[in-house]
Amino acid sequence: MELVLSPEDAAFRAEVRAFLQEKLPPDLANKSATGLRLGKDEHVRWQKILHEKGWVAANWPVEHGGTGWTAMQKHIFEEECAAAGAPPLIPFGLLMVAPVIMAFGNQAQKDRYLPRILRSDDWWCQGYSEPGSGSDLASLRTRAVRDGDHYVVSGQKTWTTLAQHADMMFTLVRTDDSGKRQEGITFLLIDMHSPGVTVQPITTMDGSQEINSVFLDDVRVPVENRIGEEGKGWTYAKYLLGHERTGIAGTGRSKAQLRRLKEIARSEMSGGRPLIEDPDFAQRIAQLELDLLSLESLVLRVLHDSKGAPGPEASFLKIKGTEVQQKLTELMMEAVGPYAAPFQPEAFREEHWNEEPAGPDYAPPLAAVYFNWRKASIYGGSNEIQRNIIAKAVLGL
Amino acid sequence: MSFAFTEDQQLLADSADRFLADKYGFDARKAILRGDAGWSRDMWRAFAELGWLALAVPEDHGGLGGSTVDLAVLMERFGRHLVVEPFLATVVLGAETVARGGSDAQKAAILPAVAEGGTLLALGVGEPRARFDLHRVATTATRDGGGWRLSGHKAVVLHADAADRLILSARTAGAEDDRDGITLFLVDPKADGVTLRPYPTVDGLRGAEVLLDGVALSDADVLGGVDAGLPVIEAVVDRALVLLSAEAVGAMAETVRLTADYLRTREQFGRPLSSFQVLQHRMVEMLQAKEFAHALCYRAAGAMDSTDGIERARAAAGIKAESGRAGRLIGQEAIQLHGGMGMTDEMAVGHYFKRMTMIDVQFGNAAHHLRRFATLS
Repeated sequence: MELVLSPEDAAFRAEVRAFLQEKLPPDLANKSATGLRLGKDEHVRWQKILHEKGWVAANWPVEHGGTGWTAMQKHIFEEECAAAGAPPLIPFGLLMVAPVIMAFGNQAQKDRYLPRILRSDDWWCQGYSEPGSGSDLASLRTRAVRDGDHYVVSGQKTWTTLAQHADMMFTLVRTDDSGKRQEGITFLLIDMHSPGVTVQPITTMDGSQEINSVFLDDVRVPVENRIGEEGKGWTYAKYLLGHERTGIAGTGRSKAQLRRLKEIARSEMSGGRPLIEDPDFAQRIAQLELDLLSLESLVLRVLHDSKGAPGPEASFLKIKGTEVQQKLTELMMEAVGPYAAPFQPEAFREEHWNEEPAGPDYAPPLAAVYFNWRKASIYGGSNEIQRNIIAKAVLGL
Repeated sequence: MSFAFTEDQQLLADSADRFLADKYGFDARKAILRGDAGWSRDMWRAFAELGWLALAVPEDHGGLGGSTVDLAVLMERFGRHLVVEPFLATVVLGAETVARGGSDAQKAAILPAVAEGGTLLALGVGEPRARFDLHRVATTATRDGGGWRLSGHKAVVLHADAADRLILSARTAGAEDDRDGITLFLVDPKADGVTLRPYPTVDGLRGAEVLLDGVALSDADVLGGVDAGLPVIEAVVDRALVLLSAEAVGAMAETVRLTADYLRTREQFGRPLSSFQVLQHRMVEMLQAKEFAHALCYRAAGAMDSTDGIERARAAAGIKAESGRAGRLIGQEAIQLHGGMGMTDEMAVGHYFKRMTMIDVQFGNAAHHLRRFATLS
């Protein structure tokens, strides 16, 4: 079922395709498609190419350097980028902190940060979760005490994705614990190069190091780095949550992964025939494809109904989107049978590893990717929290 | 059939529990994994002293002549502690193949040495294009004067890099997917023409690709009858399916326990996670899956020694399908209920999840054995 596009949208899609064909460096596309990890420089390289074209900030309003695209155009753009194997945008600056700065930052903050985000000059990370505050984020304890023109910040943030690359961190800190928990939270921008900031990698079960603990030890943060009012951080964070959601279903990436799953299943043999002809496996792929089609249909409906700012319906997209992503990784791992077992991280983490992997060349990352993607139903508000939101906000329970 | 353990089985269970609790904690295991071999020779000697390596070896070859249930009792404990030593490769697969298929001379040469801990074995019956089919054998053994020449590729051979003797299947007659014409050979891993490409596996074990290029063998290296290897392989692997499931059941039990403990201690929204009914029910689903798999596993273990033919094969396929399904459910839920902590390498739960996932992959996953179960009737 191909999308039926208006002539304008079809023309737009052709334009995006032509651009990707011309400007997406083949080495980056190849790496993304085969599950290789991209380095900081590679992400930045791609984002700068997009910026040159004026397309790096699809969600931003035109006045700040955004595209002014319709919701449908943004969707088409995301789908085409994923289909071409373009590196995913690092969301922390472009998609997460920028909308908050636009909505609640002062002019000086807008002037200072937004152009740098557009140019990918700063790598941002998100300092929300703490060891004791995950799903219950409002219980956070990292403390910021006012000292003249500075806040002195102490505490520990965790699960901070790619903090090892970060120049800046937007963070929620506690400035008051006398009243309601949500009311004592403040939104601060912290320079990661400040004295007292320590980033410590956390090794995940797949053997990778993409998340970190960030220790803040009497870090002096200028008061001018505070977004909006003291004690209003929770409101800003909730606003951001709405923005985080538009691409949350990840349908573009999942479609690309589905194609890859089918390629693997065509190449693998089962009972002397290609695995894709195995009736059990074919049915499981078919079910997954249907799930993905329904998901995309709901994405389009929500985009249409909400004009790009989805409400609690976004929780459906997060739950189903992550379930589809996880199922894809599961079936890909299953497709290679016994060759899921060899652990050869060199084959997908090192650029110049010239040895032959144990199994087919697509096999080495598959188990690690399966383990790694269990995170998807945990992060960004766990799927349990999403169900709470739906129960309350949609069903009124 | 009886669900009560014999006195000897109870003793075995207790001594294994005590020994492993004392010597095979999560940190001890981590230290073992960091070693060069990825497993511990000292631990292996201790297993020999405890009589575990002799458990499956027939009494007339220096062993204890234990039953499949005895082995399941031990494997369940290995699952609880995520033991990485080559017990499955050497004892469950290797020694059993020799005991079932070997000549008296081969048994006498190999089995007492296995029981004492001096000899390690590995069984290579998988191939790159065979997926889970044991009868799909493209590796060939051709007559060469009075001997044989072995050429081909055996895939993901568990603990091959540690083995003193490899036991490999090769085609001596027929087409690639014929059930007849498969022969087992004993191969010295250091022989000319044998290349091992070893690697760690994602669950902390060891495996290797075994490449064979005109390896010269004699008739004395044939294990069992020429062209008649498949029934031996299937009998050995079916029992291994049950014992792998026993290991999985042990891992499930520990995963459920760890997760319940975590929910009791982790507080969010001002109360322990264990007080949320929705999470309680999910824990109950996990526990149920483990209990059913446990019960079916010991029934299947009994069937390994008391039945043969289709009934035995069905028992093996059935429990492997069930333990695969249950292990996946329990593993995925355990990570989810642990939240971010479950994703970290420092928590044990992820290691159990990985082992259960790889047990499912080994010798055929849940989908494969469910289909086999349906076909065998």
